[in-house]
Amino acid sequence: MTSIVKTVTRLVVGVIFIYGIYIILHGHLTPGGGFAGGAIIAGAFILLVLAYGSDMLKLKAKEAGSSVMESLAILAFLLMAVVAFFLGTKVFFHNYLPKGIIGDLISAGVIPLYNIAVGIEVAAALFTIFLALVIFKEESK
Amino acid sequence: MESFLPLYMVTPLAAAFLIPLVGRVFSAFARTITPLVFLLLLILGIHYLLSGISSPLTYEVGGWQPVNGIPIAIYLVLDGFSTILLITINLIAFLAAFYSISYMKKYTAENNYYTLFCLMVAGMNGVVLTGDLFNLYVFLEIAAISSYALVAFGVEKTELEASFKYQVLGGMASLLILLAIGLLYWATSTLNITDISHILMIQGDNKIILFIQILLITGFGLKAAMVPFHAWLPDAHSSAPSPISAMLSGILIKAIGVYVLFRLLFNMFTLTYEIALTITVLAVLSMVIGGILAIGQQDYKRLLAYSSISQVGYILLAMGIGMMVLAQNGAKEIAALAILGGLFHLINHAVFKGLMFMNAGAVEHATGIRDLAKLGGLAKWLPLTSATSFTGSMAISGIPPFSGFFSKLIIIIAAIQANYYLLAFLAALVSIITLAYFLKLQKNIFYATFPEHIERVRKIPFTMKCSMVMLAILCLAMSLLIIPGIRDIVLIPAVEVLID
Repeated sequence: MTSIVKTVTRLVVGVIFIYGIYIILHGHLTPGGGFAGGAIIAGAFILLVLAYGSDMLKLKAKEAGSSVMESLAILAFLLMAVVAFFLGTKVFFHNYLPKGIIGDLISAGVIPLYNIAVGIEVAAALFTIFLALVIFKEESK
Repeated sequence: MESFLPLYMVTPLAAAFLIPLVGRVFSAFARTITPLVFLLLLILGIHYLLSGISSPLTYEVGGWQPVNGIPIAIYLVLDGFSTILLITINLIAFLAAFYSISYMKKYTAENNYYTLFCLMVAGMNGVVLTGDLFNLYVFLEIAAISSYALVAFGVEKTELEASFKYQVLGGMASLLILLAIGLLYWATSTLNITDISHILMIQGDNKIILFIQILLITGFGLKAAMVPFHAWLPDAHSSAPSPISAMLSGILIKAIGVYVLFRLLFNMFTLTYEIALTITVLAVLSMVIGGILAIGQQDYKRLLAYSSISQVGYILLAMGIGMMVLAQNGAKEIAALAILGGLFHLINHAVFKGLMFMNAGAVEHATGIRDLAKLGGLAKWLPLTSATSFTGSMAISGIPPFSGFFSKLIIIIAAIQANYYLLAFLAALVSIITLAYFLKLQKNIFYATFPEHIERVRKIPFTMKCSMVMLAILCLAMSLLIIPGIRDIVLIPAVEVLID
């Protein structure tokens, strides 16, 4: 890519990343949440790969890493849901943490934690799909 | 007691996402954990069935209590109908996963296969258990999307084409179902199935509900491959790896097609004669056309796939007769008998179609050929496969004392008692057609002269043999369900759920 694209990407990518994290963390307060924020974070990663080129071996290593992250995020989500079996009213998916004050960043019990897990999962999954397509195209050249 | 219900979703999902992590380190992890998970769920299901609890179990996910009598939580409901479906799903899944241990060794990416397998079963368990319409749609998509990927698992030209066709038609079905759910939410302002049925009972007849029913019949008809919507099934079910074909034909089209359709039509909507007639006509078309198309097939697995369309026609026919009798305020005993026959045939078909696809996989494993014209005389080389295939063929064609005979007999008796003589005649006729094409299959593969171009016949590994023998024994043992004492425990609760 040209140095214009590279420079702009370098400037913008951090902002996009932070915005994604903001959307995920405010999932229980404002519109958006894990899925939307995760998609934005995946966008930041995809922008980087597009601007800074694609070395096949590095891409394959990245794909392995992001698919591990994906599985870990889902397992974390499941684990949080299953922990509810053993705490409080002992019901699956029960919100067992203190709820806090409505409107505070740290409130709503487990829901922000679920949002974080969903955010990592969506970001990793979208990035893995993108990498799989790039690798497929590079291999068939 | 009801706290074990979420396990049906949690354990397959946990297994599905542990496999890509642990499977990287221990290559045997995927193929050991998958059958174990389904075995555990199967034992849980049978334990519940034998515990003799008659009232349905409900479970509020998240512990949300109803507000002003309006349910907010997602409900999981286990009653007689869902119990037999759950047990059948996990039984066939266990045997198919056990069969896969040897069968899948020739493929690469085993971990991906087992992950998708677990996801598909988690989706089906969820569809069967949930009492919430939107939740049902989500699980339905989990099961459907993983089955698209599994059909394409061989990544050859035919597999990809079949998977693409399946995805397009399956996507259309999901769209229609989602539209119907949206309209229903708009009309009733709730998504809980029990709640919707109360509201519909008060609202009475109106045009939008009829439209929703038509949308649902089309959507689930596509998923269940009723005849005008069947084009994807022969391609998809014959291209998948054999244990997956057994899962798709044996279970998937019933769990996410037939089961949901009848759960909604019987328990959510008020039965009307017009809808019952529609179902019956589609059923007869599936039964007759599926059977006739199967005769001409030259590909082993395509023949079995067409036979699935025909046999699902039997299940739908029995349910259709039951609905017509109930809608006309006829005798409840006749309707109960018809529905009993349908449910019995549903379980039986899962068993013998699972067996037949596993036989097809064994023959393909031994010779690498699926074309009936190029096979022959294998009885000498594969005596066990020949015997299990014979058992499956006799069961599916309805020869006593195999299980298929009793379920077809009940359906025909119910049709005669309800004075639908033509339907009874067609059911008997298609049974003879079924016998004809299964005898053709049996002769072309196992009894004719051994062709010279087959160089060697490989041995069938132990796990494949074991699964096939277990299903063959079940083909015979399922006849026991007709004995009154056993019938009262297994089938009658399910019939009562649908009739009330």
